Amino acid sequence: MSGLFDDLRDLYQEVILDHGRKPRNFRRLDDADATARGDNPMCGDRIELFIRRAPDGSIADAAFQGRGCAISTASASLMTETVKGKTADEAKDLGAKFRELAMTGVCPDCGASFADEMERLAPLSGVHEFPSRVKCATLAWHTLNAALDGAKEASSE
Amino acid sequence: MDTLAPATFDVARIRQDFPILSQPQARGRPLVFLDSGASAQKPRVVIDAMVRCMETAYANVHRGAYRLSELATNSYEAAREATARFINAVDAREIVFTRNSTEAMNLVAHGWGRGVMKPGQAVLISELEHHANIVPWQMLRDDKGNELRVCRITDSGELDLDDLEMKLADGKVGLVAIAHMSNVLGTVTPVERIVAMAHAHGAKVLLDGSQAAVHRRVDVQAIGCDFYCFTGHKLYGPTGIGVLWGKPEHLDRMPPMLGGGDMISYVTFEKSEWAPVPAKFEAGTPAIVEAVGLHAAIDYVTAIGMPAIEAHERSLVDHATSTLATVPGLTLLGAAQDRGGVFAFALDAAHPHDLATLLDRAGIAVRAGRHCAEPLHTRFGLENGTTRASFGLYTTREEIDILAQALTEAREFFR
Repeated sequence: MSGLFDDLRDLYQEVILDHGRKPRNFRRLDDADATARGDNPMCGDRIELFIRRAPDGSIADAAFQGRGCAISTASASLMTETVKGKTADEAKDLGAKFRELAMTGVCPDCGASFADEMERLAPLSGVHEFPSRVKCATLAWHTLNAALDGAKEASSE
Repeated sequence: MDTLAPATFDVARIRQDFPILSQPQARGRPLVFLDSGASAQKPRVVIDAMVRCMETAYANVHRGAYRLSELATNSYEAAREATARFINAVDAREIVFTRNSTEAMNLVAHGWGRGVMKPGQAVLISELEHHANIVPWQMLRDDKGNELRVCRITDSGELDLDDLEMKLADGKVGLVAIAHMSNVLGTVTPVERIVAMAHAHGAKVLLDGSQAAVHRRVDVQAIGCDFYCFTGHKLYGPTGIGVLWGKPEHLDRMPPMLGGGDMISYVTFEKSEWAPVPAKFEAGTPAIVEAVGLHAAIDYVTAIGMPAIEAHERSLVDHATSTLATVPGLTLLGAAQDRGGVFAFALDAAHPHDLATLLDRAGIAVRAGRHCAEPLHTRFGLENGTTRASFGLYTTREEIDILAQALTEAREFFR
């Protein structure tokens, strides 16, 4: 149906609606060796992130639970998919690039190192036009940093 | 000014008084402003009064022995008198200007809670309170040990008066602090009854009129409460000015919260003596221009007539109640018999934040979240919050129809 909100399809692309409705890795990891909680006090988004490391220190598994809007849920879902197999440093680097993408809509030097990953995350780039929603998209990544640094809580404020 | 005295309530004409309502929004859509419960838009007369004050009659108040300062002082005190008349206070000295309702409630928590109440006395609030009427009492409890009791509300969002009676029964409650109208449920609380019940058990009553004072005539003498507060910016006035009304004998007993200039009658390095109320509570240079703006806002709504404003809102409430009921998947929060123009709702397919982003695209401004009433949302199992549409005197039935249509389309979008 052509409607009032057609031009919002850039923000709410099908992949985001899909991950928002049916988030991947939406579960508790009982054998997690790093967890952190992320809060977005303004809108009440809240996630709990679980990370399990492989013997070589890379991220063997990532999962999350919590509640939030379509953007924050989809972002957490996509993040857990893209960080598996990455080292902590790689995951943080990817997070920094993603935050740039979310805030500006582009990430000029992203192509070199994480081309595939950034392509997967690209559907979230539309949030840069909605300043009040950027935090929804970056909450999961802030929480990932907290988990990797051994902090217990992250806030997107 | 003829805009001040329309013979009947003509919403189209009233809308012309608010410059922002004719500002085109994104993609040329008209603004559908449904967030007046958070802060209302300003009519031209308020804007002009503030500009005129700064252009022609501005100086500091209460101190200069020159004409401009006298003019400013007169304007500031005239605002106090207009405020007193607006809520039928006996005397303008019962009106304390604060920054907003939040500061007014904190002033009571400080002056009455810490200054007058005994540590063994409790404060009784309710489940429908705004954070501004929760947190100051938690701070008092943590500081002085005063128990904090919470009166339950029913599933329809009304105060459970049996529970209120039960929590008053042991006579330990020193202060009942309750909203006159909920900023989420729209519930208008039975304030005369609350006052009678509280007084029967020896408790004083503070009413948070932030929402109610905008929508209906408030008569503090008829209500019989001890303290009443409201804020200028929700009443079509400026930000930065709020009102605490208190019975003079209570205000006299309360110690000031802030010390400084203007609140003393004499000062030595050994000690100071407080000025009489209300100056005692207004340390430092007050919000002079904002008081002038509040005065203009009060004159504006008074000229239209609070009964006419209330009748218009009633028709909006009836229209919204029936119209929103036709939106598939929508659940309204609260169904009080006596309610004002605030509608919080959940839509099955969409998180409130996503919904607000969509509605914004349609030129509709609503609030999403928990509206500074997190415990209330928890009470109703709505941890994600709600979306809230709240009305002002410029709100039209057509705007409610536009909202309902947009909600129906938004649901399709997310399904």
